Amino acid sequence: MADDKEREGPDITVAEFHKKIKDAFEVFDHEANNTVDVREIGTIIRSLGCCPSEGELHDLIAEVEEEEPTGYIRFEKFLPVMTEILLERRYRPIPEDILLRAFEVLDPSKRGFLLKEELIKYMTEEGEPFSQEEMEEMLSAAIDPESNSVHYKDYIAMMVIDES
Amino acid sequence: MGSGTSTQHHFAFQNAEKAFKAAALIQRWYRRYMARLEMRRHCTWRIFQSIEYAGQQDQVKLHDFFSYLVDHFTPNSNHERDFLDRMFTEDRFPQGSEMEKFGDYESIEVPDNYTGPRLSFPLLPDHATALVEAFRLKQQLHARYVLNLLHETRKHLIQLPNINRVSTCYSEEITVCGDLHGQLDDLIFIFHKNGLPSPERAYVFNGDFVDRGKDSVEILMVLFAFMLVYPKEFHLNRGNHEDHLVNLRYGFTKEVMHKYKTHGKKILKILKDVFCWLPLATLVDEKVLILHGGVSDMTDLELLAKLDRHKIVSTMRHKTRKENGKQVKKEEANQKSSAGRPTPWFLPQSRSLPASPLRLGSLQAHRAGRSSSIPCGAARDAKELARQVRRSVDLELDRCRQQAGLPVSRGEEEASPCTPEADSGAEEPLEPTQEEWRQVVDILWSDPMAQEGCKANTVRGGGCYFGPNVTERLLQKYNLQFLIRSHECKPEGYEFCHSRKVLTIFSASNYYEVGSNRGAYVKLGPALTPYIVQYQANKVTHMLTMRQRISRVEESALRALREKLFAHSSDLLGEFKKHDADKTGLITLSDWAEAVESVLHLGLPWRMLRPQLVNSSTDNTLEYKSWLEDLAKEQLNRENIQSSLLETLYRNRSNLETIFRIIDSDHSGKGMYYPITSDP
Repeated sequence: MADDKEREGPDITVAEFHKKIKDAFEVFDHEANNTVDVREIGTIIRSLGCCPSEGELHDLIAEVEEEEPTGYIRFEKFLPVMTEILLERRYRPIPEDILLRAFEVLDPSKRGFLLKEELIKYMTEEGEPFSQEEMEEMLSAAIDPESNSVHYKDYIAMMVIDES
Repeated sequence: MGSGTSTQHHFAFQNAEKAFKAAALIQRWYRRYMARLEMRRHCTWRIFQSIEYAGQQDQVKLHDFFSYLVDHFTPNSNHERDFLDRMFTEDRFPQGSEMEKFGDYESIEVPDNYTGPRLSFPLLPDHATALVEAFRLKQQLHARYVLNLLHETRKHLIQLPNINRVSTCYSEEITVCGDLHGQLDDLIFIFHKNGLPSPERAYVFNGDFVDRGKDSVEILMVLFAFMLVYPKEFHLNRGNHEDHLVNLRYGFTKEVMHKYKTHGKKILKILKDVFCWLPLATLVDEKVLILHGGVSDMTDLELLAKLDRHKIVSTMRHKTRKENGKQVKKEEANQKSSAGRPTPWFLPQSRSLPASPLRLGSLQAHRAGRSSSIPCGAARDAKELARQVRRSVDLELDRCRQQAGLPVSRGEEEASPCTPEADSGAEEPLEPTQEEWRQVVDILWSDPMAQEGCKANTVRGGGCYFGPNVTERLLQKYNLQFLIRSHECKPEGYEFCHSRKVLTIFSASNYYEVGSNRGAYVKLGPALTPYIVQYQANKVTHMLTMRQRISRVEESALRALREKLFAHSSDLLGEFKKHDADKTGLITLSDWAEAVESVLHLGLPWRMLRPQLVNSSTDNTLEYKSWLEDLAKEQLNRENIQSSLLETLYRNRSNLETIFRIIDSDHSGKGMYYPITSDP
């Protein structure tokens, strides 16, 4: 590691990314054998700052899986792919204002909120549909029980604060 | 293109497409948010676990050190000899008339204005039920009844075998509960949800009833009461916390002294004995083995059944008798076990051993499979060791002097004469053998691991990690179906491993923090199929969203972690400076992560945690001095204590408390001055 310091420029970034990726990977490496369950890959990639869609995630998994899928992803395969993603700054997170506009598209009459049924309909029938679990979890935090609706501007603001 | 319908269609299609894309965007954003929450949850868990286990390591280190001192220190006078005896002797509970004196409760008068529960013996089921109810109403049992109950409990336990044998013929179902750790709410909840113990409803409580939580006394009272009332159906296994030395550190001793000021000492004395009489394991239908920690590749159920469990007063420290009085034999016994016994941690490590860090390994070291020292009871060449330890101690003293700015001692002092075999001659014939002690430590301290094999449990400092092949071999050898154990907190309150041959059951919900984990218990019917019931004994958590729950627990973990960081401020500063050769006052965030791990040895994913711990960085660099100052500001309260002193005291608070408690042998607290107020 000391050697990395003496080199300049992009090599430092690569080394830094490697360490970050390793840290994230290890959190889910329960057996300490440099593998994680394939179902955790999405969590790992997303917690490293990326925001892929489900479709993009499936493609990524295909890239890092073994020839004969074992249900486990090895670190040796994951590292170069993930490093590339970070270097290319792929799957950037969504800025707050874009997110707001997305909600506004679903609320053409500009009420400032979506009814619970509307949110459920969009999230479970459009785009890359939520599972029931995902839907319930979103509702529990998003829906204001008195109005049975989500005031999306406030919702976004709350979620964003929580992140920082 | 002119027809109105097709334009409508066109717009409709566009709108639909927009809605589709908008929805996809929101989902994408949301999934990322949830993933990060998930990561935070895992990291939080790791923080709590690593701090918990590091604490256990500390205690082991402390006891190793004291044990060693005691084994090799020659008292200069009777006064010193008495002092040592008082501190460290695992005196057997005095027999006969002396026992009567200590168990004497009849002379204790219960005042007329006492409104708590009253017990009379022999206990009836109603008494036990009334006890639960009284404790639920926050009453306290009078010392007289406590002592009486403990006295009867001891009488009962003495007759029990080391391995309880239970059958599902008599009671239709058996409920097994794991660690409770003084959390009375969980016990009350279990009885509420599952029903009180009865001849038709058998219970096994798998150890660790005490320490950490605030109602350890009450839990013991309830468990012992039901055991006396339903001796055939109610069973208790000993856990690693049913141990007076462990209790000194983890809160039970403190709780007893606080609740029973006058008679606390008596209570603790008889408890020390009661704990040694607890059975070591329970076997259901000769098929399901229930024990607290786990097993090792050396576990021998026949030996465990035969040994005198009462001799194992504490798994923290032991004197063992020599086989045929020869050192050599003991060495051979050591070599036989596959988890080797290297030199104690505080001595310079011999080169013949596999390279191991001087300090006990962190979770990460365990994961890397490196071995390090574990509690060691056997002395090698005593004189040589004495000299080495003296040098070690001197080096440490010098370091402290240096830090304090005092002149450092020059040259090595000659080792003071030490009797070659400090423990020769004075051996009592009733000490356990090394092998017996080891067998018990293994079943009380071990943890399962995913890899095959069996290796020393460096994280805990005792017992081992056992793999699926060890489990399989044991089950086959004794014709068993599966193992139930506890000892480890699990987010869901339970966890299967080793192809469902090992079940961990943990019954203290919200163990680390409100919302941190569920508790669980398992029921076994005649078919012995496990049926798990989970719960979380706190209404508040049900109202919170997952996000809020995780945030709360996370905050708690981070607070604990920041406290640990603060406690190592000086070392951290030194380490940061190493990365700042040009003395700019800045280091990269990458260096920060490396430095922190090399000082704290917690094996945590620091780069994942960094955003929560460092918020004062710009463009990837950190002004480390002001970061450390910010840490200090958080910790310092209004008291005017010098921050470096505070830091040292903080770091050693647990150790200091334990030492104080050991020395303050009459537990009076008199003459002892606690510079920091301990937490309630």
